[in-house]
Amino acid sequence: MSKGNLTRRGVLKTGAVAGAGLALPTYLSAAGHEGFTNAPTGSTVTLGFNVPQSGPYADEGADELRAYELAVEHLNGEGDGGMLNTFSSKALDGTGILGKKVEYVTGDTQTKSDAARASAKSMIEKDGAVMITGGSSSGVAVAVQALCQEAGVIFMAGLTHSNDTTGKDKRANGFRHFFNSYMSGAALAPVLAANYGTDRKAYHLTADYNWGYTTEEAVKSSTEAMGWETVGTVLTPLTQTDFSSYITPVLQSDADVLVLNHYGGNMVNSLTNAVQFGLRDRIVNGKQFEIVVPLYSRLMAKGAGANVKGIFGSTNWHWSLQDEGSKAFVQSFGTKYGFPPSQAAHTCYVQALLYADAVQRAGSFAPCAVVEALEGFEFDGMGNGPTLYRAEDHQCFKDVLVVKGKENPSSEFDLLEIVEVTPVDQVTYAPDHPQFAGGALGTCNNGA
Amino acid sequence: MFGLDKKDASLLLIVAVLVAFAPFFLNPFPEGSAMAQFNAGYPDLMQRFVIFGIFAIGFNILFGLTGYLSFGHAAFLGVGSYAAVWMFKLLSMNVVPAIVLAVITAGVFALIIGYVSLRRSGIYFSILTLAFAQMSFALAYSVLTPITGGETGLQLALDDPRIFGAATTAEGNIPVPGFFGLEMRDSTELVFGNWVFTFNVGYYFAAIIMLISFYLSIRIFRSPFGMMLRAIKSNQQRLNYTGLNPRPYTLAAFVISGMYAGLAGGLMASMDPLAGAERMFWTASGEVVLMTILGGVGTLIGPVLGAGLIKYMENIISKINSDILHSWFAFLPDGLEDVVVTLIYPFIGKGWHLTLGIVFMLVVIFLPGGLVQGGQKIAALFGRKKAKEPKNATTEPAE
Amino acid sequence: MDAIILQILNGLDKGSAYALIALGLTLIFGTLGVVNFAHGALFMIGAFCAVTLSRLLSLSHKVEVPGAVDFLGNPQMRDVPYIYDIFGESLGAGIIDWAVPLSILFAIPVMILIGVIMERGLIKHFYKRPHADQILVTFGLAIVLQEIIKYYYGANPIPTPAPSAFVGSFDFGALVGFEPGTIIYPYWRLVYFAFAAVIIGAVFAFLQFTTFGMVVRAGMADRETVGLLGINIDKRFTIMFGLAAAVAGLAGVMYTPINSPNYHMGMDFLVLSFVVVVVGGMGSLPGAVLAGFLLGILESFASMREVIAIIPGINQVIIYLVAIIILLTRPRGLMGRKGVMED
Repeated sequence: MSKGNLTRRGVLKTGAVAGAGLALPTYLSAAGHEGFTNAPTGSTVTLGFNVPQSGPYADEGADELRAYELAVEHLNGEGDGGMLNTFSSKALDGTGILGKKVEYVTGDTQTKSDAARASAKSMIEKDGAVMITGGSSSGVAVAVQALCQEAGVIFMAGLTHSNDTTGKDKRANGFRHFFNSYMSGAALAPVLAANYGTDRKAYHLTADYNWGYTTEEAVKSSTEAMGWETVGTVLTPLTQTDFSSYITPVLQSDADVLVLNHYGGNMVNSLTNAVQFGLRDRIVNGKQFEIVVPLYSRLMAKGAGANVKGIFGSTNWHWSLQDEGSKAFVQSFGTKYGFPPSQAAHTCYVQALLYADAVQRAGSFAPCAVVEALEGFEFDGMGNGPTLYRAEDHQCFKDVLVVKGKENPSSEFDLLEIVEVTPVDQVTYAPDHPQFAGGALGTCNNGA
Repeated sequence: MFGLDKKDASLLLIVAVLVAFAPFFLNPFPEGSAMAQFNAGYPDLMQRFVIFGIFAIGFNILFGLTGYLSFGHAAFLGVGSYAAVWMFKLLSMNVVPAIVLAVITAGVFALIIGYVSLRRSGIYFSILTLAFAQMSFALAYSVLTPITGGETGLQLALDDPRIFGAATTAEGNIPVPGFFGLEMRDSTELVFGNWVFTFNVGYYFAAIIMLISFYLSIRIFRSPFGMMLRAIKSNQQRLNYTGLNPRPYTLAAFVISGMYAGLAGGLMASMDPLAGAERMFWTASGEVVLMTILGGVGTLIGPVLGAGLIKYMENIISKINSDILHSWFAFLPDGLEDVVVTLIYPFIGKGWHLTLGIVFMLVVIFLPGGLVQGGQKIAALFGRKKAKEPKNATTEPAE
Repeated sequence: MDAIILQILNGLDKGSAYALIALGLTLIFGTLGVVNFAHGALFMIGAFCAVTLSRLLSLSHKVEVPGAVDFLGNPQMRDVPYIYDIFGESLGAGIIDWAVPLSILFAIPVMILIGVIMERGLIKHFYKRPHADQILVTFGLAIVLQEIIKYYYGANPIPTPAPSAFVGSFDFGALVGFEPGTIIYPYWRLVYFAFAAVIIGAVFAFLQFTTFGMVVRAGMADRETVGLLGINIDKRFTIMFGLAAAVAGLAGVMYTPINSPNYHMGMDFLVLSFVVVVVGGMGSLPGAVLAGFLLGILESFASMREVIAIIPGINQVIIYLVAIIILLTRPRGLMGRKGVMED
């Protein structure tokens, strides 16, 4: 009977195989002697990349996966190193994480919380992943984050924009680099006021689910603070494809701005329909009618074609940024894949590096040590300027980009132009801000 | 045995043995070998096998016996899981009240929907059930967010009341579901050479319930009530002429199968305390229809096999990525390796749906009776003695 | 008032999409008795016929843009469609602009071919099989078709604009004395409505006034007897399947400028079109069309703010709610025949 080295990885990597042994009851397969879930014992460490590979966000998921593969390359010292060269923390040296070579497993979230959790669970239980990352919707992020908290592994959120991820559904083991609804509103409002004036009447069409609610609330309160009036808000079903019956009432109202709190396919369709109905050619209240899309994604904007031209929105990152970090990332991503990375790819790449760096600095893969290393961590050189991982809610605070659909794109990737880089101070909020109220971070969980 | 005839008893015994030793059967490949990717013996997937098995067994009681094709059965599963999670939030983390409430809620829900929908038959019945389920999904995802959690699903929180249990653990975490102190997530591992076998409390808990459900379903199939349901399927008109009103029987079958779905939902929430609205979407209802047809409509064991195959593909095939492919075929010369990988790549990983679609078509084209018929064909190859076994599984050919 | 007129227009527009898809579905349902879960996929493939043709027309070679660099610092390349080289830039651009209407010509033969291959190769063998088997095989086929499209075109929506001549809106209100700009409707949506009306009319005329149609209708009513009369009904059913596929495909082609097509658009419409067909009544073509327009109009009204304010969430469930009410009050839908798909 062997009592030590009972983890799968232990058995498998060290090759210590003799006889049979019964381990003590443990949670989620492997408790190492180091006292946390899936402690890596061999010469490698496994990360779980859980991204949508089927369903409407499959292309975004594919881009996230490309970014992760690139990050793994860089962590293992292959390729040109990308952002490792510009990252302000120099703990990582291209020899993997804590000297262990980085390996990864992939899974399909299908953008469904059940499937995402099943996939994450199999990574934790079967493959011995010590960290889960990725995803392209807030529903999935919140669901997987809760699972990781329970299982005692770290969750580094991918693309998730709802306030809830680091608001009422925050968890100690979960971290978000991406920006959120509140930041979108806070960054957009001043730009909108500067371009369209402070005397505007806004009409909101909002996707009828959590992310839609938080975005509507954020944009509404920020624009109202600028003097705008909200004349109508209408919720639209997630499964809606033709938005005509939601657009025509806008013609009847005295609104002169339409805010589309939609993402993905909803955004592409509602924007296309709004432009079809000639909203942008209208003059209401003596002003040019305008459309605003609070959360832009370049991949999705492509689906709306020429309709995005001149329309304001916000984004977490864009490949045309000229700081050293962004340039290094675009260079190595572009060289490998032949096209520039999306914001989803960027946030995932950065999250992978931040995790690796935190482990390196903490000197341990134990989730609680990683949490401690990430909480309050300040860094730079990752494309968004100086950034803080706030301890209170595990949200990154950094500059936010306000962008506009480009009038004369020079290539199929050149769809957005940066209008303003909103400084971080302007989008920072108190941890107990009403839009983030409720929920508790809890304590970090090491699992077994 | 247990009031079953010899054939049924041996079928039950076989299933019981298979279920009990599933951690071995499902992990046939040693850790670290190239084939380990195909191992399915980890707790989450094994739990899913038996839970969806229960769901499909219940669905088959309705569809297989009466021929009524419900296209909204996922609604009962969803309602069951919401009920269970609410019990975890309000009462305690013990799974028993959660599962009991899940079954009752789903039963009541099924009674209402069944009472209305069963006024029609054939495709009209299917569309009525579909309409109810889609309404449940749409409302749960949006307007009912305060009750259902909407997009993010209904989750446990640290500040839930949990009046009969601790709201938080000593370490400040949310407690986990358990059966009188026995936590569902506890596992024991058996290391045997290069093989690792995982025995999980939750799996065995769900497996025992699945065996009980399976036993009950055999009893229903063999009972006078089951005969009546079959009579409804074969000729409802003749039944009417004999002066019998088939409605109470179909409604009973509908409610029973709704309760099976609720049980599955409650178990799902017990293994993983989260309930999301997508569980009620029409694709989820379609999935259980596909599981049943894939395995063999009207057979006892078929639906369980169908459920297993679909869940296996979803969880195993989808995780194979190009790196893994390259490592499998690394022994080939470089050029050939790339060719082979390119050929296989569209069918694995993000292409797992394609494989699923092809499997559906192949099975239905070549095995009209579903997987059970495939089993019979294979068994027939191995001579008469063995051929008898799976035949027990079939009560009648699919429809 | 003007709000109501606009919603009726919206309803007619949505309804024409529903009616077109349901029409094809009910042709297969009613004539062949096959539950075709791949019908949504046919609609989607129609839409991708338009995408494919516009891609074919804009096949390009790269030309270096002097002085410009791309994001990696390499020389910026510009795509120049071959069609510019053949027809000159202005005519070439015009042809590409008209890609969607041109796709109709491209889609008809493609869709008929796909329909016939499907029927001969697969569906034919399932006429005598239970509906459950039909569901499984057509659902499998739908997944396969979808995944093939996804493999080549990705998962994101692909913008496929209408010809620039159809951009803009038609001012109805001004015609009948409303203030200009209150009742306007986009040209392309009006085209879609007119197109749907023509197709629906053509299918009805075909079935009503041709010998072929007469035989098919007879076959729908009693397949066996028609067969006994020595008429090869199978061949005609194959043609019907091709026709249904073409109707679904054309509905897809014309739909692309309204919403950018993606690989799962067929599944989005599938359930809805089944509801439309069943609400219309099994085996009834007029019923399917009527139900399509009815549900389209009701859906539009339910999405009005004033209505949602009274019943929250009504826009989420209206179609299903109406379906339940109709099926409970009229046992066989609006115009269904007795005994079709009732057991």
